[in-house]
Amino acid sequence: MFSGFMLNAWIIASIVAVVAGVVGFFVVLRGNAFEAHALPLGSFPGAAAASLLGINSFIGLVVFAALGVLGINRLGRRGKQGVATALSLVFLLGLGALFFSFTNEYAPAIYSFLFGEVLGTSTSQILLVAFLGAVAIMTTAILYRPLMLDSLSPDLVEVSGIRSSHMEILFLLVLALATVMSLPVVGALLVFSLMVGPPAAARSFTNRPLVAILLAVAFALLTVWIALALSYLSDWPVGFFVGSLGALFYGLGRGWMSWRPFKRSTHLLQRSASAQ
Amino acid sequence: MKTLLTFIFEPGFFSSQPVLTALFVSGVAAIVSAVVGIFTVIRGQAFAGHSLADVSSAGGSASYLLGVNPLLGFLGMAILGAGGMELVGVERARGRDLATGVVFGAGLGLAALFLYLDVTTTSTSGTTIAVLFGSMFAIPSRTEFLVVIIGSATLIILIALYRPLLLSSINPEIAAVQGIRVRLVGLVQMLVLGSAVALSAISVGAILSTALLIGPAATALRLAKRPNLAIWLAALIGLGAAWLGILLAYDSADWIPGHNLPVSFLIVMLVFLTYVIASLISGRGRGIASAKIATPIRSGRS
Repeated sequence: MFSGFMLNAWIIASIVAVVAGVVGFFVVLRGNAFEAHALPLGSFPGAAAASLLGINSFIGLVVFAALGVLGINRLGRRGKQGVATALSLVFLLGLGALFFSFTNEYAPAIYSFLFGEVLGTSTSQILLVAFLGAVAIMTTAILYRPLMLDSLSPDLVEVSGIRSSHMEILFLLVLALATVMSLPVVGALLVFSLMVGPPAAARSFTNRPLVAILLAVAFALLTVWIALALSYLSDWPVGFFVGSLGALFYGLGRGWMSWRPFKRSTHLLQRSASAQ
Repeated sequence: MKTLLTFIFEPGFFSSQPVLTALFVSGVAAIVSAVVGIFTVIRGQAFAGHSLADVSSAGGSASYLLGVNPLLGFLGMAILGAGGMELVGVERARGRDLATGVVFGAGLGLAALFLYLDVTTTSTSGTTIAVLFGSMFAIPSRTEFLVVIIGSATLIILIALYRPLLLSSINPEIAAVQGIRVRLVGLVQMLVLGSAVALSAISVGAILSTALLIGPAATALRLAKRPNLAIWLAALIGLGAAWLGILLAYDSADWIPGHNLPVSFLIVMLVFLTYVIASLISGRGRGIASAKIATPIRSGRS
């Protein structure tokens, strides 16, 4: 279970889980769940476009993720964010339908881009993912204070001289980065499961942001480790286990919240939830 | 005149059974989705709508395993997902996005499993594409019958509950004061959303069905000043995009030798273009989308 190609899978899935836990905390805090889903899913046709043109699929992913950020941002200025995100997403996916129609060879590739190909990772891929993951986490660390402030009170952040709209686009870019690095490994749909399930669960257990981030990372790691092990034993797709475990963790968090003896509803994070 | 007609409608367009089926199914799907979409957009439930579509793909892929009509698979899973989201998100409306996300994640996991089993057990590698991106010209026989039942049931519910639905979408507090059971209406709205999504999923594919749900409705809400007008306009835009898309796809065989442009791609692009043009000409301050009455209930940062 821990030899050869499986070892690569363990390492790369762990890196992705750490990044998903950190970035996912802000996804949940800011209410960007839809964007966290739309960016990965909208980027995957980029890989198909790249292979049609015969260029590195990584470039295709970057271009499509950037298009996604641009679309959400531009359309969002004129209308509701949810509508903007939905329309940007279907635009990119519509292009995907066009690319896939040019050849039948994509059927297995589509599946692995959507649900992940964690077992087929090479050592050079690990380096790339580790580098991009480090960039994503460092950016989040640098932006930590303004991001927190902006998530809790957009008005307050304007007072301190930072444009709330700038924070939004910066965060979307971090999200795009995390997307591009993890998409070839865990697939478009699972990036999202990892970014929402574990951090949402973590928030039920604690109100302190840093503890919540660490807890989110721990849950995300547990999720991918258990999922990998079960997938190895059962031969079923990793994605099935990641999705189910994410929901399970969230259920545990909700259970804990309703069970615990005292209410902490006035705490910081709870208030931020009501501010959304 | 005749040559112009044959230029627009390539020979055989109206005599081909798959084309007629596609026109009918996508027409019903577009109208139902556009009408449901109006309420969805006003409520700010674009994310829930898209999630249900993706979750329904688990049902679509399971139907290939069980050998039942894919529409029933899409519908079953969409209804289950809708119920799940209402159930998990009960306590507070603001937790709804999160509840949506978690149900969504679990549904995607199921989709992964069923598609995997499809590919490994039935050796039809096209299933993934058919479920996700649609197979408009290969809709199974007897689907029309189901489409008629589901479509008309959805529209009847919408007409019967028009006022409570609209009022509790625009302002839940006033609706509650007037004695409308907002929670129950919310549940009905989610179920109606589920069936609209299932109808669209069978025509343009699960992950593209959001285009028919959100696109025409958002466009209409930009242009029209009154909700009833927006509903008619949305239905018209949806129907127009769906039928024009099918026509262009049929004709496109002549443009690129040996290659038909995919219907789903054309419909999505038409919907998207209409929205962009409408938002350019309407600018700010026109249509009920920008009017005060329709500001999102969860007054979030947007």
